[in-house]
Amino acid sequence: MPKDSGIGASPKRREDVRFLTGAGNYTDDINVNGQAYVHFLRSDVAHAKINGLDTSAAEAMPGVVRIFTGADFEGVGGMPCGWQVTDRHGDPMQEPPHPILAQGKVRHVGDPIAAVVADSAEQARDAAEAIVLDLEELPAVVNMKAALEDGATKVHDDLTSNLCYDWVLGETDDAAVQKAFDDAAHVTTLELTNQRLVANPMEPRVAVGDYNRGTDEHTLYTTSQNPHVIRLLMCAFVLGLPEHKVRVIAPDVGGGFGTKIFHYAEEAFCTFAAKACNRPVKWTASRSEAFLSDAQGRDHVTKIELALDKDNNFTALRTNTLANMGAYLSTFSSSVPTWLHGTLMAGNYKTPVIQVNVKAVFTTTVPVDAYRGAGRPEATFQLERVIDKAAREVGVDPVALRRQNFVTEFPYDTPVALTYDTGDYNGTMDKLEVAADFAGFAARRAESEKNGKLRGLGVNCYIEACGIAPSNVVGMLGARAGLYDAATVRVNATGSISVMVGAHSHGQGHETAFPQVVAEMIGIDESQVEIVHGDTSKIPFGMGTYGSRSLAVCGSAMVRATEKIINKAKKIAAHLMEASDADIELKDGVFSVAGTDKSVAWGDVTLTAYVPHNFPLEDIEPGLEETAFYDPANFTYPAGAYACEVEVDPETGKVTIERFAAADDFGNIVNPMIVDGQVHGGIGQGIGQALLENCVYDDSGQLLSASYMDYAMPRADDVPFYTVDHSSQTPCTHNPLGVKGCGEAGAIGSPPAVVNAVIDALQSGGKDVGHIDMPVSPARVWAAMNG
Amino acid sequence: MTQVSMTVNGKAVSGDVEGRTLLSSFLRDKLGMTGTHVGCDTSQCGACVVHVDGAAVKSCTMLALEAEGASVDTIEGQAAADGSLNAIQQAFQDHHGLQCGFCTPGMVMSAAALLKENPKPSESDVREYLEGNICRCTGYHNIVKAIMAASGQDVSAIAAE
Amino acid sequence: MYNFEFVKPASVADAVAALGEEDAQALGGGQTLIPTLKQRLAAPSKLVSLSGIAEMKGVSAADGVLSVGGATTHGTVAAEAGAYPALADLASHIGDPAVRNRGTIGGSLANNDPSACYPSAALASGATIVTNAREIAADDYFQGMFTTALEEGEIITAVKFPIPEAANYQKFLQPASRFALVGVFVAKYADGVRVAVTGASEDGVFRWSEAEAALSKEFRGDALMDLKVDPANMIGDLHGTKEYRAHLVGVLTKRAVVAAG
Ligand SMILES: Cc1cc2nc3c(=O)[nH]c(=O)nc-3n(C[C@H](O)[C@H](O)[C@H](O)COP(=O)(O)OP(=O)(O)OC[C@H]3O[C@@H](n4cnc5c(N)ncnc54)[C@H](O)[C@@H]3O)c2cc1C
Ligand code: FES
Ligand code: FES
Repeated sequence: MPKDSGIGASPKRREDVRFLTGAGNYTDDINVNGQAYVHFLRSDVAHAKINGLDTSAAEAMPGVVRIFTGADFEGVGGMPCGWQVTDRHGDPMQEPPHPILAQGKVRHVGDPIAAVVADSAEQARDAAEAIVLDLEELPAVVNMKAALEDGATKVHDDLTSNLCYDWVLGETDDAAVQKAFDDAAHVTTLELTNQRLVANPMEPRVAVGDYNRGTDEHTLYTTSQNPHVIRLLMCAFVLGLPEHKVRVIAPDVGGGFGTKIFHYAEEAFCTFAAKACNRPVKWTASRSEAFLSDAQGRDHVTKIELALDKDNNFTALRTNTLANMGAYLSTFSSSVPTWLHGTLMAGNYKTPVIQVNVKAVFTTTVPVDAYRGAGRPEATFQLERVIDKAAREVGVDPVALRRQNFVTEFPYDTPVALTYDTGDYNGTMDKLEVAADFAGFAARRAESEKNGKLRGLGVNCYIEACGIAPSNVVGMLGARAGLYDAATVRVNATGSISVMVGAHSHGQGHETAFPQVVAEMIGIDESQVEIVHGDTSKIPFGMGTYGSRSLAVCGSAMVRATEKIINKAKKIAAHLMEASDADIELKDGVFSVAGTDKSVAWGDVTLTAYVPHNFPLEDIEPGLEETAFYDPANFTYPAGAYACEVEVDPETGKVTIERFAAADDFGNIVNPMIVDGQVHGGIGQGIGQALLENCVYDDSGQLLSASYMDYAMPRADDVPFYTVDHSSQTPCTHNPLGVKGCGEAGAIGSPPAVVNAVIDALQSGGKDVGHIDMPVSPARVWAAMNG
Repeated sequence: MTQVSMTVNGKAVSGDVEGRTLLSSFLRDKLGMTGTHVGCDTSQCGACVVHVDGAAVKSCTMLALEAEGASVDTIEGQAAADGSLNAIQQAFQDHHGLQCGFCTPGMVMSAAALLKENPKPSESDVREYLEGNICRCTGYHNIVKAIMAASGQDVSAIAAE
Repeated sequence: MYNFEFVKPASVADAVAALGEEDAQALGGGQTLIPTLKQRLAAPSKLVSLSGIAEMKGVSAADGVLSVGGATTHGTVAAEAGAYPALADLASHIGDPAVRNRGTIGGSLANNDPSACYPSAALASGATIVTNAREIAADDYFQGMFTTALEEGEIITAVKFPIPEAANYQKFLQPASRFALVGVFVAKYADGVRVAVTGASEDGVFRWSEAEAALSKEFRGDALMDLKVDPANMIGDLHGTKEYRAHLVGVLTKRAVVAAG
């Protein structure tokens, strides 16, 4: 019987009521009395020197409050990068400045040059058109290989080259790696691209800055996944403001997928301008602007080589990746191709020798940073594609080849810096075989062939490192922040509870799932527990939501704080019942003395905490509120196996997804309905990457896919119903809930399954196609089929 | 400025607008009805779908003045007066058909238009009808399921919770 | 958007008068024009809405001709053009339901987007574009992408489609915009077969005369077997190369013939 409340139940989401009735409160729904509007004048060329910038005519336009240019921000900090990567020689990465408004040069289409604040948004835009610009165009730097050649145009004049860093992980002895390949019975090589994507949460970014001269307090409303991180970065690195005078509010946020983690220039600008203009300042991105100003994702070009011995055991793996950083280092950009990618190259397999080489490159394109999965999809795609290719080359079943090489003993130290605490990769593969009905595939293929279609089955595994992360470890690796999280549990006198959490919910359903945990621990009704998030003035601290970390890290903090609450409440109960603390038991919201029929209810204890007439004041303080910070001992390692079945129309090359199945091991599950939903969404995005989405710049650095007219978003008829199975569970060994995180799995695990399936289909049709880069569009499939 | 009058969710409203004022901005900025969302500027995402005289339209691609005298229905008018959700809204909640909620108003309004035309849509009817509504969160699975459930069809056989 | 004055006349005559003003522009369903205005790519001083003109709306069939008012929405054509099923089917696959509830045939033909659907139907049907001033044969009307025979201020009031014996439209979606990456409309008349192709050519919608000749002799998919479209003039972009589009023209034409029966 499924439970109807508490951990493991799927209560309906309470946040849905406001979203379903139009009562959500998104940032663009917020209007502050007297607000002015900002329009950013953005570069329409990829690379240029600013020889002239004349705002005088624009300043005289109707409604203009003030026009800002780079000159207004001289001496103000730039947008910081939160992760310093150390290169293969032990030197720090090259880290160029990233000004709020361009200083002397623009480096990508969309780079902000000036900002007009006016009474209305249209007036601000009118005035921006009247700014006279003299741009001296410089050659665009688009292709990563060309960018690294001697004499290439430099994106940043003050750097030595366009190389941000040249990094290595795993076996650093090249000769040892080469020997493993020389000794191999078979080597499979694959060159591939993990194309650039645009995250495209449906809500474009918005920022509203407000300033109160009377109190010297700033308020910033922003579409962020992590308001505290924004406050910290903006105060400490950009504007030099005291944190206690700055309140950052991220209200309802319409999706993030990584791209709303980062601290953006527009946030700092609105905060700054609200004070400078002594007026609230609002910016709402259009979708077109989002394409040019939201950090983009992926964009890796990789060569991967896999060595196998004569028994098909994996013996060595070597990768060489070029990772595009874009024009500037966005907040977590540098960590994505390194610590979020290289560390996952072992995958689910016990390959003894691994070497990962990554060169990060500056180009005159929009900055690239984490997008759902961040580094792990890139790792998984390479590895699972090369394994599939190897299976074909050596003539073994791809599932059998994977099973043969699975890590089966835990904990397992990978050659690329991680320790997997637990897992059961055969377990998820067993579940997948059933969920995907491998047994029925041959019949379905025959049916497709009857209709003139080619059918393919693609399978892959994935593993990810989530719940980031131990602060001491990430600190060693270059993170400039800690990655713990925090929660305050405030029990009210009447027994209801407010939980202030550092995680931010923008679709993940924290408001529903988190109370399930607290309510179960105490034994009260979920409706008695409310989650508060998204406001730095209400919450102790928090690193926010990304990397599938909310429940594993912030949820653990919440558990710890709730444990403290229970301990204190037991002391109060013991006092009320004149018993010893040690004898108090809490069950279903009632405290009792073991072995007696004495009991007091939760509400009596909480009331006593706030009306301490009969209270152990000599031992404990009145009140019932506890805070915990939780810093995890390790990453968590969700893993699983995915299968996709496609049909290919051999005449047009069109691929349709016929079936999709996912078997994940997320450890314990608090709300299965929400977990399924997270996986569905991830698979939708993964299919989007595999078949549809492509962010493309031309040689002059113009973005060709700059709107939904050319950037193909997956629609309802591009995807099937998915079958998801989460019954294979190996609980995380080091957090109190035994949870691993589920937010990114779908996006990580699905692209290789799709591409493997397409290749399988083409092979079944007698077409010897080894690889097709994503998106596997009809045109590309047709071209591959026709040589 | 020109005055425009229309009925929104059964209530007569009017306001001064410019020629260029879009119906979406009239609703959001003049009437403060921010349930209708704007997710793009190329008329593709469908976050802004409302009904004008019973037909689904993208309110970001219709001038407010074109709605003079029209009867407009928005997400704010879908629940009953006592706040109870209508069948489509309820099905979205029951089947987890929304995550961040940003596409949701448009999805619900499109679903309402679909079920009016086609009371028992098949899976592919639903998927096709949603061509102009983009959701980035759900992978559409639970949206399609919710709409089929709202039409009274048994969706228990569809994979997952 | 730049601001403009908005008027909504009730007759063609009033609309024509309003459009006589400098920089005035017709507004059909706005499904193309409004996004264009948002990008500030046009700056009309006045928009003349055609949506209030009753005489420009509706579908009727008589004497083997289907007439569609210039301000008739795609949705209405989909629902009411039963006399010309292939046309109704085409209309039912333009954009999405909300777009079809506003977008009009007049706006689509006036715009003549190289990837739009209606131009292929009009050209393959040998339709007549009726304006406030004259009647224009489809063969004379389309003059390359985004270019037509319309004069400044001229309004499409109706489109007359001779109803064919058999017809079919095959649309292969451009995955992002969902316009036609390639669309082929095949119409078989007593005096021959017409094939019009949209989405493919740098010159906009065009008639594939070799296919017409072959199909007029023998209305079977196999009749096209030896025909190839020259890729040279095809559109090549991130959604498909010239060669791919040329290939699709062949595949879709064959499919249209088979489906038309
Ligand atoms: C999301 C989306 C998807 C779409 N998908 C497709 C598709 O798959 N296939 C397709 O063919 N189209 C598609 N379209 C375009 C749609 O069909 C438009 O409705 C059409 O192209 C323009 O018609 P309109 O009535 O909206 O014209 P408007 O946008 O109002 O006007 C377009 C142009 O025509 C002029 N005009 C309008 N009416 C007349 C008239 N009667 N006489 C003279 N000039 C006039 C205007 O001045 C303007 O220059 C799509 C649009 C959107 C937003
Ligand atoms: S906001 Fe209207 S379609 Fe995107
Ligand atoms: S629920 Fe977030 S976009 Fe659909």
